[in-house]
Amino acid sequence: MHAGFIFLAVIIGSVLFHIFTPWWWTDIASNWSAMDDTINLTFWIGGGVFILVCLFMIYCVFKFSYKEGRKVEYKPEDHKLEKILTILTTVGVIALLAPGLIVYNNYINVPKNALEVEVNAWQWGWQYRLPGEDGKLGTAQVAKITDDNPFGINLDDPYGKDDILIQSDELHLKTDRPVKILLRSLDVLHNFYVPQFRAKMDAIPGIITYYWFEPNKVGEYEVLCAEYCGVGHYAMRAIVVVDSEESYEDWINEQETFSSLIAKQNNEKLKTTRIAKNEN
Amino acid sequence: MSDEYNQNNTPLETQSSETMSGSSGSTTDIDYVRPAELPEQDLYHSHSWITKWVFCQDAKVIGVQYFLTAVFTGIVGLVLSWLMRLQLGFPELVPFITAEHYYQFVTMHGMIMVVYFLTALFLGGFGNYLIPLMVGARDMVFPYVNMVSFWMFFVAVCVLMASFFVPGGPTGAGWTLYPPQAILPGSPGAGMGIILMLTSLSLFVIGFTMGGLNYLVTILQARTRGMTLMRMPLTIWGIFTATALAMLAFPALLVSCIMMTLDKVLETSFFMPAIIQAGEVLDYGGGSPVLFQHLFWFFGHPEVYIVALPAFGIVSDLISVHARKNIFGYRMMVWAIVGIGGLSFFVWAHHMYVSGMNPWFGFFFATTTLIIAVPTALKVYNWIVTLFRANIRMNTVMLFCLGFIVTFVNGGITGIFLGNVAVDIPLSDTYFVIAHFHMVMGIAPLMVIMGAVYHWFPLVAGRMLSEKLGKWHFWITFLGAYSIYFPMHYLGFIGVPRRYFEMYDSPYMASAIGMNEFITVAALIVGAAQFIFIYNIITSLRVGKPAGKNPWKANSLEWLTSEVPPVHGNFGEKLPVVHRWPYDFNVPGSKEDFITQTTPPSEVIDAEVEKT
Repeated sequence: MHAGFIFLAVIIGSVLFHIFTPWWWTDIASNWSAMDDTINLTFWIGGGVFILVCLFMIYCVFKFSYKEGRKVEYKPEDHKLEKILTILTTVGVIALLAPGLIVYNNYINVPKNALEVEVNAWQWGWQYRLPGEDGKLGTAQVAKITDDNPFGINLDDPYGKDDILIQSDELHLKTDRPVKILLRSLDVLHNFYVPQFRAKMDAIPGIITYYWFEPNKVGEYEVLCAEYCGVGHYAMRAIVVVDSEESYEDWINEQETFSSLIAKQNNEKLKTTRIAKNEN
Repeated sequence: MSDEYNQNNTPLETQSSETMSGSSGSTTDIDYVRPAELPEQDLYHSHSWITKWVFCQDAKVIGVQYFLTAVFTGIVGLVLSWLMRLQLGFPELVPFITAEHYYQFVTMHGMIMVVYFLTALFLGGFGNYLIPLMVGARDMVFPYVNMVSFWMFFVAVCVLMASFFVPGGPTGAGWTLYPPQAILPGSPGAGMGIILMLTSLSLFVIGFTMGGLNYLVTILQARTRGMTLMRMPLTIWGIFTATALAMLAFPALLVSCIMMTLDKVLETSFFMPAIIQAGEVLDYGGGSPVLFQHLFWFFGHPEVYIVALPAFGIVSDLISVHARKNIFGYRMMVWAIVGIGGLSFFVWAHHMYVSGMNPWFGFFFATTTLIIAVPTALKVYNWIVTLFRANIRMNTVMLFCLGFIVTFVNGGITGIFLGNVAVDIPLSDTYFVIAHFHMVMGIAPLMVIMGAVYHWFPLVAGRMLSEKLGKWHFWITFLGAYSIYFPMHYLGFIGVPRRYFEMYDSPYMASAIGMNEFITVAALIVGAAQFIFIYNIITSLRVGKPAGKNPWKANSLEWLTSEVPPVHGNFGEKLPVVHRWPYDFNVPGSKEDFITQTTPPSEVIDAEVEKT
């Protein structure tokens, strides 16, 4: 059989695979449908170029396979053709790049009404911190982390006192409200990634990174760590629940603030010292 | 190999007088080639078995040594990939593979394939063998340094392999070795494993620098008469540019290895910020993990082209020879190689769009990355235009070239996805990335390597490889590899993250179980098919059809040596004199369908060649 047929089958097979594939995007649950659009644009332009190049190659293979004495073109250069191809490619590349950069510009400019959520990652788990009524997160440091102060919040920072601490891997978000994820890591690189939200960013020890999105579909989503972080990487999962306005308020009212955590711990300490005293 | 050349060596005086008088004998004006500026240097001649075959200074033997050592590491890398795929496809079959093992396999597979296999094979293997032969030199200019280069590489490989046997095993930090994780106990092999890896890489860079300087100086200074830069085969252009990249990029790897070794051993904090691990505050502070990523990718991105550019060059030559047509747009091909090489130093942070670097970098690096797509696309056009109105021999070599075009275009286009920052964000760290880079810098360069082996084996061994086995080898490898990596893109679309030991039962991942099983089976088959290749090489060494001189009717100098296989000193008494580029195939008016580089114009007076 002529090799060209097999190459042709590969190209046709690729197209058929794409048409019938059961594997495609998870349904988007955030505002980043523009990312999907740029991907689709790239897919169709890129896929088209791939098919055209391969078909041309296959045509040549059929048409010009070896025959004794075949007349072969001797033409080392063709400036006109080279120029046309250069211009076409450049135009194609600009057509792909420009929309991408516009989307990226949106990605790095966070809307003013975004709720801040701090995601705290470590080997291997997640916890979260939300600003309290003042709307601001208190400053924090890795070195200040103790059992009593799991986020390492600076005790003399007034903004930190009312911060809401969620020492569980389940985070709730309000639907249709932009959220700015602030990423902190206590040890190594991590990445807070929910496929349905499309967005992601590494968490790096030593600095705070961010990204934003607007969840727009009520539901429960799995969080995956997307930056290799050691042997427990694959198990570093969590849950994001996107709530309606009311259930979000219910949830947040149940959470503990930093000051209530301190008060509780002081009470417990008081209790234990009292018990100790009584035993004496 | 013998010292015949040495015995016939013309005394220095007669030689230099000859160099002054231009080309000797019946010189006519049209055959004039500028005389050599310097007389020939004397060669080192080995006299014992050890200096001839072990600590050898002949670039051809060194090339074969590099090739065999690199292939050995490649087989190790292949077996590791099998083990990984078994875990991903059939986890219950291989209960002995723990998460630690899995990450060690991933890491060692990646590092071996990129550095110790592909880089060493292209530059150390093909570079050493082909550079002196193709530019018309008797050997590399610094043969002793060249020998040391190989042995440094050999020691680097030994150190790397030793890490499999130390307590804790080899490092499992991922081939990118990102700190802080790479040197902290949460990663497998964070003790001796990572130290040996960093040591091995440092040795590799040192050894490679010796070889690289040799390649550059040989290409620039030791070309034979008439071999102008714009008459060099594209293979040499590719290797030359890649080596220049390596000389500039590897130092970044070396310093990052040294700094990380210091962070590990002396607890300095180049890359280590304040860290609390397992409830304990570590003695680090103030370092930057992102700095390592910048250094690593400043090396790592040019590294992609260190592998790709020799492949581009070689495949251009293979296509031209076996399509019996000049390579289309030679000058543009050269400028594209050089341009891609230059640009490759300005795109590194496209590996870091979600790394937490300053987000404004994204605009710059997305733009530079997509600019690099233009010269790359032009190269592809030139390859396929070369096939147009050609006379294509559909042999194994050509099949591998065609396989290269398909996989490279596929992988190049997915590169446009990942280079465009907004598109990269959802796809980064997913299987889409794995599919992309395996297609573009795994399978595509491998296609070229294999094609190149089928092409140059007759030169090295004096015998042809079996075409029948070669075709089986090609089709299984190409179809198998394509069916591994093409569907894998779709795993990335789903959002399946890479470097996951186990997928569990995330709803959208469960649908991928069948695909994972399929990919594993394909990977096992493709891997096994490589043993057809090895079998073919071993048997053909003894019983292959004798190749004779220039079996492919090629034009470049390596086929025009006095003996096949070429002996010590490469060319006979006199070095060849070059009159044209190596792509004069099917020139109108010429009797044969090829005109070798050494054919003077007076011998093909009727041929309407373009002046090169």
